[in-house]
Amino acid sequence: MSFFFQELVNGITTGALYSLVALGFSMVYGVLKLLNFAHGDLYMVGAYIGFFIIQFFGGAAHVDIPVPLLLAIMFVVAAGLVGGLGVAMERFAYRPLRDAPRIAPLITAIGISFFLESAALLLFGSQFREYNTAEFISLSSGIQIGSVTIDSVQIMVLVLGLLLMTGLQLLVNRTRLGRQMRAVAADREAAEMLGINVNFVITATFFLGSALAGIAGVMGGLLFNTVSATIGFTAGLKAFTAAVVGGIGSIPGAMLGGLVIGVAESFVTGYISSTYSNLIVFGLLIVVMLVRPSGLLGRVQLQKV
Amino acid sequence: MSAEPGQQAILELDRLSLSFGGLRALSELDLRVADREIVSVIGPNGAGKTTVFNVITGVYQPSAGDVRFAGASIAGQAPHVIARLGIARTFQSLRLFMNMSVLENVMAATYGDTKALAWESILRLPRARREEREVRALAEDVLSFFGERLAGYRWDQPAYSLSYANRRRLEIARALATRPRLLLLDEPAAGMNPAETHEITELIGRLREERGVAILVIEHDMHVVAGVSDRVIALDHGVKITEGSFDQVANHPAVVEAYLGRDPEALAEGA
Amino acid sequence: MSVDPDSQQPQDIIEIPPGSRGPRLGADEWVARREGRREYLPSWLGRAERESERIGWWPRLAIAGVAAALLPGLGLGGFQLQVGIDAMVIALLAVGLNIVVGWAGLLDLGYVAFFGAGAYGYALLSSNQLGTSGIHLPAYFSVPIVMIAVALLGLGVGLPSRRLIGDYLAIITLFFGEAFVEFTNNVAPSKLGGPNGITGIDPIRGFTWQITSNYGYYYLLVIILVVTMAVLRLVEKSRTGRAWRAVREDPLAAASMTIPVNRVKLAAFAAGAVVAALAGTIFAAQQASVFPTDFDTPILILIYAGLILGGAGSIAGACLGALVVMVIYDGLLRSPAEAGYLFYGLILLTLLAKLRPWRRLAVVLAATVALGLAAHAIAKAISASAVAGGPQSGGWIASALRDWVIVPANAQAAGNWGFVILICLLITLVQVSSRWRTILLPPTLCLASFVWETRLVVEPSITRQLMIGAILIVMMNARPQGLLGQRRVETVT
Repeated sequence: MSFFFQELVNGITTGALYSLVALGFSMVYGVLKLLNFAHGDLYMVGAYIGFFIIQFFGGAAHVDIPVPLLLAIMFVVAAGLVGGLGVAMERFAYRPLRDAPRIAPLITAIGISFFLESAALLLFGSQFREYNTAEFISLSSGIQIGSVTIDSVQIMVLVLGLLLMTGLQLLVNRTRLGRQMRAVAADREAAEMLGINVNFVITATFFLGSALAGIAGVMGGLLFNTVSATIGFTAGLKAFTAAVVGGIGSIPGAMLGGLVIGVAESFVTGYISSTYSNLIVFGLLIVVMLVRPSGLLGRVQLQKV
Repeated sequence: MSAEPGQQAILELDRLSLSFGGLRALSELDLRVADREIVSVIGPNGAGKTTVFNVITGVYQPSAGDVRFAGASIAGQAPHVIARLGIARTFQSLRLFMNMSVLENVMAATYGDTKALAWESILRLPRARREEREVRALAEDVLSFFGERLAGYRWDQPAYSLSYANRRRLEIARALATRPRLLLLDEPAAGMNPAETHEITELIGRLREERGVAILVIEHDMHVVAGVSDRVIALDHGVKITEGSFDQVANHPAVVEAYLGRDPEALAEGA
Repeated sequence: MSVDPDSQQPQDIIEIPPGSRGPRLGADEWVARREGRREYLPSWLGRAERESERIGWWPRLAIAGVAAALLPGLGLGGFQLQVGIDAMVIALLAVGLNIVVGWAGLLDLGYVAFFGAGAYGYALLSSNQLGTSGIHLPAYFSVPIVMIAVALLGLGVGLPSRRLIGDYLAIITLFFGEAFVEFTNNVAPSKLGGPNGITGIDPIRGFTWQITSNYGYYYLLVIILVVTMAVLRLVEKSRTGRAWRAVREDPLAAASMTIPVNRVKLAAFAAGAVVAALAGTIFAAQQASVFPTDFDTPILILIYAGLILGGAGSIAGACLGALVVMVIYDGLLRSPAEAGYLFYGLILLTLLAKLRPWRRLAVVLAATVALGLAAHAIAKAISASAVAGGPQSGGWIASALRDWVIVPANAQAAGNWGFVILICLLITLVQVSSRWRTILLPPTLCLASFVWETRLVVEPSITRQLMIGAILIVMMNARPQGLLGQRRVETVT
């Protein structure tokens, strides 16, 4: 039974990670109706940034500065740089295609994803990089509930994830920018005619979404230790699945979807076998798409004739 | 072909109702179009006129009531099945196959009348070749109905290169290619100048005379309505307000109020 | 010739022989009748386009087929033959994908799974994999069986997809593609071979003959590609082709015009799947082995790159685009030294095509050369190790560039930074005005050469992936209709 709860905890932790990436993905889809295939690669860039920051400060075993400060720097810098990369992507690749048929930005996104992965291979090499988290964060300082362990990294991921998600919900529902984002997501032309600076809103959405992916990347590095150029692809797929299962375009949906996928994956790996985990997750997605294409919390799109 | 409507009802809407969520789009609508009759549907925007077309052609399923075509119920059928039965339509906002040529637009609409499968076309079997010839002849015949406007040199031009009025004509031509018994025209004269409007009015009359179709027309331009209609039906908020000849309907106080909101004579006096 | 204001008829401005039907002023037809109504590209490209149109589609196919068949005779051999074979397999796939994406407008991101299903199907029927000594059907049976089976698979994938539009279809097909790779990797390893795939696959063979040499497969592929393109051309012009295109243009209008949209979409899926399966069988036979990684996402992206480059919607475009992409992709890997010719050649070609007038082009080239030489001399003066490495390109390019491009002894770090700066410069180039563009071009060109010599040519497998990504991004932004496609007009609904 404790095994069940341990897997549950693990699943919720990874789920939080997926949720963060799925959130950015869903937000971008909401305002632009664009499936940004390159979003997963932003996660990858964030993970690499975190790695290089650790190296900059002396490497995992000999960190020069206090660990909380290191973590803070990692998160902030990753968020900033990856957010900026997202903004650049939008500005130079997607904006010219805003009124083009949907296939154009989709293909462009695939191209950008492929290009980013290859660029990462070129710049960082194909060898795996290790965070070696255990060397600078003592994992034993976690909590123990019964025989279920939640180590400190997991706690940090959960807490930070929760904070970020709550913050995002507040932003979208309580602030002016959030209102503008929802307006642009509902009807871009109308929003523009109402005086909303659509370009700014879209840029802000991309920045936020990408920053979240960057932070998730750092978290992923801390949790899973290994960073390579192709982790973005898998992360992207999982985020996709999470966003779609939860209802694409819906923020609570992305959160729920991430959790569902994380937990499902954890249980399948734990109880059946890790080889089937991807397959079952995909199967879950296909089932959801067939039974309820708008996702668990999404709204059905009506088409005017 | 006679210019007079027949006696048989080709289309019957029987207490037709449609709701979108909480919104009642159509309420207990009764409508009848006789064979070779031209009936106009008028009403302010949002009255539900295009919705009626959408229900008839199978785009929406009615919530209650029935739609009967030539006596048989067609409510709930898929659009392409209804089209094959003999109901064709044009769209309020043009829906041409923009990147296909004029001729291809019309030929595409003959799909339901042809049977040649892909492999027959590949092997150039006699049936495929014959059907292709017939389809092309039909398309040319239909396009020639519009005279010089959609004449020979236009046939290979992409639809997006046509002028607005020609696009409207092409849409009618495409609908004609399905060899319909009932034609639904959704605001055929929208956006046209007076000369083009006059042409459309004549065209609708010719359609009935030469092709023997019954026509249901949604129009805002009263010149067209007056010029073509055997009967006029006025709708508002999904309900039929009145029906009759053009003069009866146009002067009916409920119709006037639906359009203008108050007595037009008071308006005229104030001017 | 004067115009009489009182007459009813518009007067002709051009003298028309009596009795002939010539252009009439005031009637719109005279414009339309003029032959030059089609817009062609300027200069020699437009002339080439016009000439090729005059020849006609079928003669062009015949010429291309004959030319392809003659290539081995002209000295194509060894690995070049393999490149040709790989290119034609991808071309066949692109032509098949064109049915689904280019004609029916369905974004199928799992297309590569049909390719894999075809390959695996053939492998299972032509090897020792199944049963005690395996099944070894001759190609007469195995290929059609596989094609039909994969067509059914295509229907199976298409069925749930018929209610999904656009993005949702893309997602579900993408996952189907991923699921295929996972499936062949993990499920029934004894039958499907797991990550080690299936080896020892029979070649394409009949009862008395078999194709074992690369020459054989090359010619087989030429024939199959030509026949497939011919068949698809006939379908394109038939009612099925019209129905596909109508469904892409406007599914609702198509349905209202008697077209059974769902059935037509399914037919497109099945047709695309059949072509992919055919490509799969030949691929499996020629490689004599299949692995799950042969059908992963990078291959899908390759097919799409070919289709997009050549022009979705055009059979010839799909084929040509795929051939170009694959020749560069494979060629880059197999002979990286020669790749330099391609790289510099492409750059020069782009400059030639895009930089007008000639004087501007000359100025840019001269400035680039001067800048390079100057920079090289300065770098040499500062530190010998800054220019210790030589250009990595092969042949006479290396000797030509030796004094122009700076290649330090430890090129990697500098090259990496150069790469990042180059990307930023390229993006800037697109955004700025013409004058700034002329000013920024020489340093950009020097930097491009620097990055090429230090990093890109050193890592050809990565470079070719970068190129594929770049093709997709640039084509969609600059010329979405591809090289041979038609510009599409989309109505915003």
